Amino acid sequence: MQAKILEGGFVEAPTDSARAFRQIMTAMAQPGTINTVVGAQPPAPLSVATGVVLLTMCDPETPVFLTPKFDTDEVRAWITFHTGAPFAEANNAAFAVGAWDDLPLHDFAIGTSEYPDRSATLIVETDHLSVTGATLRGPGIKDKATLSLPDVAAFRNNALLFPLGLDFIFTCQSDLAALPRTTKVS
Amino acid sequence: MSDYNFAYLDEQTKRMIRRAILKGLAIPGYQVPFASREMPMPYGWGTGGVQVSAAVLTPDDTFKVIDQGADDTTNAVSIRRFFEKTADVAVTEATGEASVIQTRHRIPEQDLRADQILVYQVPIPEPLRFLEPSEVETRKMHALEEYGLMHVKLYEDISQHGAIATSYAYPVKVEGRYVMDPSPIPKFDNPKLNMAGIQLFGAGREQRIYAVPPYTDVVSLDFEDYPFEASKADHACDLCGATDSYLDELIVDDSGKRMFMCSDTDYCCSRRKAGHIGAQGVPYAEDAA
Ligand SMILES: [Zn+2]
Repeated sequence: MQAKILEGGFVEAPTDSARAFRQIMTAMAQPGTINTVVGAQPPAPLSVATGVVLLTMCDPETPVFLTPKFDTDEVRAWITFHTGAPFAEANNAAFAVGAWDDLPLHDFAIGTSEYPDRSATLIVETDHLSVTGATLRGPGIKDKATLSLPDVAAFRNNALLFPLGLDFIFTCQSDLAALPRTTKVS
Repeated sequence: MSDYNFAYLDEQTKRMIRRAILKGLAIPGYQVPFASREMPMPYGWGTGGVQVSAAVLTPDDTFKVIDQGADDTTNAVSIRRFFEKTADVAVTEATGEASVIQTRHRIPEQDLRADQILVYQVPIPEPLRFLEPSEVETRKMHALEEYGLMHVKLYEDISQHGAIATSYAYPVKVEGRYVMDPSPIPKFDNPKLNMAGIQLFGAGREQRIYAVPPYTDVVSLDFEDYPFEASKADHACDLCGATDSYLDELIVDDSGKRMFMCSDTDYCCSRRKAGHIGAQGVPYAEDAA
């Protein structure tokens, strides 16, 4: 095992993950806001923010799907060592990591009518994240917000599935933003 | 140095609760199942709220706990001390200074801001439970959006009492989809469920977490001919003179003399400090015990 696999985790896991969760939770509760996280140094091509989300949210109970570009020995070893999360195909994944164009959107679990929470959360690595772009409306948003999104139609279709659907976390370096299924994108 | 986990719960339990909170925020009003843990306090003390607080608190937080509006009950004091010790949070009784507020049975009078979180202790999370005892059936009813029975029950109230008699835990519809129990807050508080802060609900015994993100559409169930009314006692607070706050009625002596006072003790105290005096009040003195 390469030594650097053992590195890049939280230094003080309990408080680092508590602070990170608050940023992730705020992002999910307030779509269109960008929040900054710290504490993870994952191997490339994972961003700091994706590393933080994985460390904070994943464990042996959450199968993770990686798109081919992110599915490297080093990334797998880092996630395994730091979270214990198993790897899975898209249809069994609780979390997924990938660039927008590589994520097989139609393969992920969207929940069931009785358990809509049994749905995947997709961590979308982006090169650019800013509060300009598509218009967002819905829960968590006073009037409207704007966010740089990689698509519009896909998120519209996802919102139509409500209360089923996918939830998204967009990451860019140390920044993250989220888009729950309730957000109406135009 | 410490022999307990940060915020008492182990990391895996907090992660499980955090995942439930994220899904709860993504599906407002839907009850997310979670595996509730034993807490070092009885269920009646709000172990669901305590577990949610444990999952969201950081050492940077300022924490407030209210029990029926008061910061100084045994229950509120115990929970505040618990997190002061286990999560190293600062504590306060001032609504405006708190970043996380855990509550039983009230929403603070003062409007919450976008950077504040309100955690509710919930005894019975299922609003359909008194109509249908089976969890399998109520889950189906939510799935099919089958809320007719709930309206029938409220309408029976009207035919029997001339008004909807439900005055606590008055059911709401969230974002036009899920019917939700707002916990046993007085219906006076229902309009405040539309707020800037993040609202999280935890039911320990029933193992459910649910959430209402900021600015979510929350509507109290009603009828065209009997619109919802956020009623309160038709009095002013006898201590601070407030006419816009929810009041508790107290019998103050053996002759049965009554007194109305704000249930939100921080609100009442802040008004008295600002010089407001009610009919039976006295000027606020900083050192008065
Ligand atoms: Zn008062």
